Amino acid sequence: MKQFFVSVAKWSWFGLLMLIAFGYMASGLSEPSNDRRGEVEAASDVRLDGSSPSTVPESADLESAAGSPVDSPPREPSAQAESIVRVTAAVNAARNEQLAAFGLQSAPPADWMASCRRMSLALIGSGVSLQEIRGLESLPEDRRESTHLSNLLRDPRFHDYWAERWTRFIVGADEGPFIVYRRRRFRHWLSDELAANRPYDQIVRDLITAEGLWTDRPEVNFLTVTFDSNDGNPDPIRLAARTSRAFLGLRIDCLQCHNDFLGNVNLGDPVETREGRQQDFHQLAAFYSSAKTNGLQGVRTGEADYEYQYLDESETVEVTPAVPYAAELLPEEGDARSRLATWVTHRDNRQFSRAAVARFWALMFGRSATEAVDNLPLDEPLPPMLEPIVDDFVQHRDVRRTIRIIAQSDAFRADSRAAFDVTPQHEERYAVFPLTRLRAEQVAGSIVQASKIKAINRDSSLLVQLIRYGSINDFLERFGDLGENEFSKDGITIPQRLLMINGNMLREAGQLNPILNATGHINLFARDNAQAIETIFLCLLNRYPNAEERDYFIETMTERSDRGEALEDLYWTLANSTEFTWNH
Amino acid sequence: MSHHDLLCDPHTHLSRRTLLGAGAGGAMLSTIAHQLAWADAVGATETSRPKNVILLWLEGGPSQLETFDPHPGSAIGGEVNAIPTSVPDLQIADTLPRVAEKMHLGSLIRSVTSKEGDHQRAIYNIKSGYRPDPTLVHPSIGSILCHEFPEQLDIPRHISILPQNAPARGGYLGPVYDAFKIGDPQNPVPDLKSPIAEERFDRRMKDLQWLEDRFRRQRLRDLDQNRTLHQSSTDAALRMMSSEQVSAFDVSSESKETLERFGQTPFGRGCLAATRLIGAGVRCVEVTLGGWDSHITNHSLQSARCEILDAALAGLLDRLVEQDLLETTLVVCGGEFGRTPQINAAEGRDHWPHGFSTFLAGCGIRKGGVYGATAKDPKLDPDKPLADVGSPITIGDLHATILSTLGVPYHEERQTPIGRPLRISEGEPVKDLLA
Repeated sequence: MKQFFVSVAKWSWFGLLMLIAFGYMASGLSEPSNDRRGEVEAASDVRLDGSSPSTVPESADLESAAGSPVDSPPREPSAQAESIVRVTAAVNAARNEQLAAFGLQSAPPADWMASCRRMSLALIGSGVSLQEIRGLESLPEDRRESTHLSNLLRDPRFHDYWAERWTRFIVGADEGPFIVYRRRRFRHWLSDELAANRPYDQIVRDLITAEGLWTDRPEVNFLTVTFDSNDGNPDPIRLAARTSRAFLGLRIDCLQCHNDFLGNVNLGDPVETREGRQQDFHQLAAFYSSAKTNGLQGVRTGEADYEYQYLDESETVEVTPAVPYAAELLPEEGDARSRLATWVTHRDNRQFSRAAVARFWALMFGRSATEAVDNLPLDEPLPPMLEPIVDDFVQHRDVRRTIRIIAQSDAFRADSRAAFDVTPQHEERYAVFPLTRLRAEQVAGSIVQASKIKAINRDSSLLVQLIRYGSINDFLERFGDLGENEFSKDGITIPQRLLMINGNMLREAGQLNPILNATGHINLFARDNAQAIETIFLCLLNRYPNAEERDYFIETMTERSDRGEALEDLYWTLANSTEFTWNH
Repeated sequence: MSHHDLLCDPHTHLSRRTLLGAGAGGAMLSTIAHQLAWADAVGATETSRPKNVILLWLEGGPSQLETFDPHPGSAIGGEVNAIPTSVPDLQIADTLPRVAEKMHLGSLIRSVTSKEGDHQRAIYNIKSGYRPDPTLVHPSIGSILCHEFPEQLDIPRHISILPQNAPARGGYLGPVYDAFKIGDPQNPVPDLKSPIAEERFDRRMKDLQWLEDRFRRQRLRDLDQNRTLHQSSTDAALRMMSSEQVSAFDVSSESKETLERFGQTPFGRGCLAATRLIGAGVRCVEVTLGGWDSHITNHSLQSARCEILDAALAGLLDRLVEQDLLETTLVVCGGEFGRTPQINAAEGRDHWPHGFSTFLAGCGIRKGGVYGATAKDPKLDPDKPLADVGSPITIGDLHATILSTLGVPYHEERQTPIGRPLRISEGEPVKDLLA
């Protein structure tokens, strides 16, 4: 009998724990203690109409406003703000000059909603939430874009998303060797660095000179990811290739095997270059031979001892670390990797800043300003618009500042439509905003975000975050991931199209679930069809329907006996549109 | 609503469903049914028929010693015995009794060597023919084949059944050449069936087209053709949804006897589906069987996997012969590497890229051939790992052999996105393997 009662007590205790766990997930207890509301309550706080909100935080203090739906723009020191304006003006002047030279007309600026959508896609990988739109609408129109940008730059979603994008170009998209490499830890470390707004050059320096175990020094994963091809030690060859491409925008990989005979790689003096030689690659690789695995101490710094047998040579020779250009910037003192880090990030090594700015520009636009983001020959100029940004980056090394300059430029804010005939040349010269296909995770992120009224962030309930995580992973597995090929210009494939048309994720996201989904919420609370249509347009396309669209969909909705079903269909239709799946 | 307003003809949907509902037989014999019926009837081989490839991908590293290259009674032999095969003087492990009867249909390579001992890198190496390179993602065999010989088909021409960690990729040829992934063929093909009623689906498509027409206004000239491909990809997706060729994925129409021949396993059904898909015009099917990574209890793990492989591979070869598809279809059976000759303390075998086996059959491969050998009493000198391998063959040469049988100009260069021309294969065909 005693055993029976013990057993009942155990199971009761287990059941209670399960109930608490479920309640925790379902009720949003993971939200801050002052906002423990269920999703329905929370969502119903967001107005479906555009009337003035009852409370919109208007804190002037950058930090104290964190977590509020809409925060005021940061009060930057005026000198800094002015200097950003000056750089942006220089970027715009370069654009205007170029358009004039090619006889191209510029499209007018896009409306604030289109600009905010572009910022959200670039910085957090999803569209703007209805909650954010409503909050921004409460501000004067001329402050909405800058406010949204400021909010995004402080948003953990931005830190996480850019950490993932950076991880791809810094260590690749693959999982790497088991045990000694942890992609997630590396990504979290990068996210923290971005949250702290550490200067870019310091982050790169930490990567090149990393020491220790991957468990407590996540940056060391930059090295340990290459363990599998070098018997448990950092692989100098892969690290040299990665360093030149990711941090310097130079593709010198072919020099690993032979001298450049195609005229593709010019090195030496940045002004008067010479052809790339096999030695250039291996001398760069030699710096990384100083990174040694030392048992439980992880990666430590030793002597650089690199040997290589060059093409057509009969013997292996010792290779002394040397840099492929601007050798005068390489310090003579210090260990090999510290010297390399100093050279790579040196203020006078303009190629470092060129590579960074070209990368950030591509992340903002979804396409490279040059033929390839990691192929910026030393002797070829960048597009004129990028040069003032490079000048600024050389001075500040500030990622957020660079993003601000790009986001505020006329190129980023131009409409993708124009009254004139838009040609590829208009896109190439940024006379219009170039259309780019969303990456898989941007499509998935936008679908999940559009299915919610509130912004999905770290304050969302655990259940919502889990659903988001699971849905995106499932979607990516089916949709495919571009991996490191970040800025592919390929169109959609047939399996991807099928996934959008018939896939589970879109169906579940659009279902009439009043607790979890926007469609259910809208169906319950929208006062009429016009408001329901307007709200779904805002959730998915981040804009109001125009009169023609409103009339068309009101008519189709009126014909239907089941408004809920019609809303599901509208959600599906908008999510399958080019407007939703492309940045424009 | 006129039919011109739709992206697809609703009658097509009706036709598709009626057809599928009625099955492949009867008066409404579909194109695929015709093709399958033709394939069922043994006829003269048409040399002009396009070449295909079926890759039976044994992921995890199958042990050569427990499959195609046993050394019973030796220090490295383990618990396996050798049995005679349909090829005189050729013995393979007793774990593959049915396959042993089919060895005369192809050539066995016992001396494949690579420089990659890590799963991920080795898979990349074998599937693409190149070692991993941070600058470029190389395309897999199926992607190359589809790229070299473009054709129009309603269903994808490159399919991966039961993919695991690294389904075949288009690499620098583009994601359009990625393999279309499906699971166990007894389940529906994912995302192919609309979850809603036809009338509602048509209404959605009509609304979508209405929106698309308006989105194009004032935007980039020829937006759809030059950039988004929305219309063409949607049309193709709808065509696939409506296509009778889709029934090639479905093995449920096969007799119980046929299913039994392949083994009632997902991999067996995958192999059966592969034959149907090849019959329907698909160029490359990859079917994956995982679970070979036997670092512990090697013999039991390998034996269990072999039981699945034995039925499926034998069934596949029989079926291809019966349908006269083996002459134009190359079957490749192997994994990313083999396993160590030594047995470790946990009775397992570890990764071994220095001499492992791959079986090739059909499509111009020499019948009954055996190429290369591994030593029964290997010296296992770490500085000379290939000293124990007779006639070693590199991954590049294996690729060149495969591609040459498929009619791909393996030695030609193709321009890559990084501006560097690259040979389709960096190896040379092994002439002894060709008929």
